[in-house]
Amino acid sequence: MASRVPCPHCGLRPKEEFTIKGAALPRPAPDAGEAAWIEYVYLRENPRGAYDEFWHHTSGCRRWLVVSRNTLTHDVYGARDVALGGETQP
Amino acid sequence: MRYSALSLLLNGLTGNRNWAPAWREPEPKSHYDVVIVGGGGHGLATAYYLAKVFGVRNVAVLEKGYLGSGNIGRNTTIIRSNYLLPGNNPFYELSMKLWEGLEQDFNFNAMVSQRGVLNLYHSDAQQDAYTRRGNAMRLHGVDAELLDREAVRAKLPFLDFDNARFPIQGGLLQRRGGTVRHDAVAWGYARGADSHGVDVIQHCEVTGIRREGGRAVGVETTRGFIGCNKLALAAAGHSSQVAAMAGLKLPLESHVLQAFVSEGLKPFIDCVVTFGAGHFYVSQSDKGGLVFGGDIDGYNSYAQRGNLATVEHVAEAGKAMIPALSRVRVLRSWGGVMDMSMDGSPIIDRVHLDNLYLNSGWCYGGFKATPASGYCFAHLIARDEPHETAREMRLDRFARGYLIDEKGQGAQPNLH
Ligand SMILES: Cc1cc2nc3c(=O)[nH]c(=O)nc-3n(C[C@H](O)[C@H](O)[C@H](O)COP(=O)(O)OP(=O)(O)OC[C@H]3O[C@@H](n4cnc5c(N)ncnc54)[C@H](O)[C@@H]3O)c2cc1C
Ligand SMILES: [Zn+2]
Repeated sequence: MASRVPCPHCGLRPKEEFTIKGAALPRPAPDAGEAAWIEYVYLRENPRGAYDEFWHHTSGCRRWLVVSRNTLTHDVYGARDVALGGETQP
Repeated sequence: MRYSALSLLLNGLTGNRNWAPAWREPEPKSHYDVVIVGGGGHGLATAYYLAKVFGVRNVAVLEKGYLGSGNIGRNTTIIRSNYLLPGNNPFYELSMKLWEGLEQDFNFNAMVSQRGVLNLYHSDAQQDAYTRRGNAMRLHGVDAELLDREAVRAKLPFLDFDNARFPIQGGLLQRRGGTVRHDAVAWGYARGADSHGVDVIQHCEVTGIRREGGRAVGVETTRGFIGCNKLALAAAGHSSQVAAMAGLKLPLESHVLQAFVSEGLKPFIDCVVTFGAGHFYVSQSDKGGLVFGGDIDGYNSYAQRGNLATVEHVAEAGKAMIPALSRVRVLRSWGGVMDMSMDGSPIIDRVHLDNLYLNSGWCYGGFKATPASGYCFAHLIARDEPHETAREMRLDRFARGYLIDEKGQGAQPNLH
């Protein structure tokens, strides 16, 4: 893994400062139905390549980010604040 | 050729020039009764039991690399059946029983060593949890002993019993647990399957699954199309990719787990010890190297290599448990890509196509499962009925809400 993540608020930071939640999936509406919720909670594309994940900058700004990276090469492409956007690249 | 003390002696006397290869290198045929994708431990064991126990011999195992290149040759070789939940325990105990007779059964020295697996505990709460686990094991007829601090000290005097953060109060011991030489398991099953007529085909990557009218009729491979009556997937860390070829999305994420081996030392640790609180476990190989590991790195990965931060963490945890480790040099480290499921338990099931069978979700614990996984998967493929010890390992358990969540972590694979 490229070992530094470009936090839009804190700059390039070591990955150990972050907590990884997992796939950055859109949350279904409360009434989206059982099938949509089962898919959201349990099923994953699990791609071998480009991937967007939720990372929390636990030991930094404590903001939730979407980190885009590659699961095969471990390259980090960029990160953005979930709520504010503002993509930053390494 | 049957291996025996006599064959060893005779071949030794003739300069070891007359050994036959352990298995053939056949060209793929155009069609098989059963095609198994993935020649790791589970795929090979499935083929072996299909041919030997269930009489299905027209079988091919397709492996994209060489035998032993996946997790079967990367794990830390620990076997145990110390599971808590009823959906898991009888299955892992079946596996333990199969390990106990395996070398005679497939006529290969896999160095099965029941040296004991000890899980340390450090608090009253952990002691309660292990007492409960031990009782659950005994109710299932599995051996379990709770050791107090002094009993652990008698066994492993060099542990840091008075560690400030995690003082050792005792441990849960399964004496029948232990280690098995992992690549010998792949070789033994490959040789056994081959001797019953199975084609083990290396360097043959499956690139597509051909479907006709709700059935899988065969696979596209780097060595051409291969037809089949039944298709069985056992691709471990690449299960999501292979299943996607049949239009199936799985409750899995692929994560990397690292392992390490030290320089050879004199006999030091005569069992497997786990320090769950600190994320470290260790055993000593017959060559003297300490074989150890910790937790998964925590992010999805197909890279078969891990991160330095985890290396440091494992080293720190190891030193916290055994201070003497501070002077030990590490020889090698490596990583393997594992199919982490959403509840930490495996899937052995027939899936959405009539003749498509899935074996996956082994997380970091699938080595010990190899014999039972092969046996139960073969049972399912041959009879279209789940084996009684694997009947809860259904794919639809997630949708139905019947998870087998040993760790109680929920759908968060990097925490299992
Ligand atoms: C570092 C580490 C330590 C571990 N320690 C333990 C332990 O102590 N105890 C324990 O019980 N478990 C342990 N495990 C887990 C265990 O190794 C795995 O769960 C188990 O080996 C998985 O099953 P397998 O042997 O069939 O997998 P693999 O050997 O990975 O087999 C899958 C095979 O499928 C092949 N394949 C994939 N895609 C294709 C394709 N498209 N076409 C053809 N072939 C394909 C791969 O090349 C691979 O050979 C550990 C794992 C790791 C990585
Ligand atoms: Zn930040």
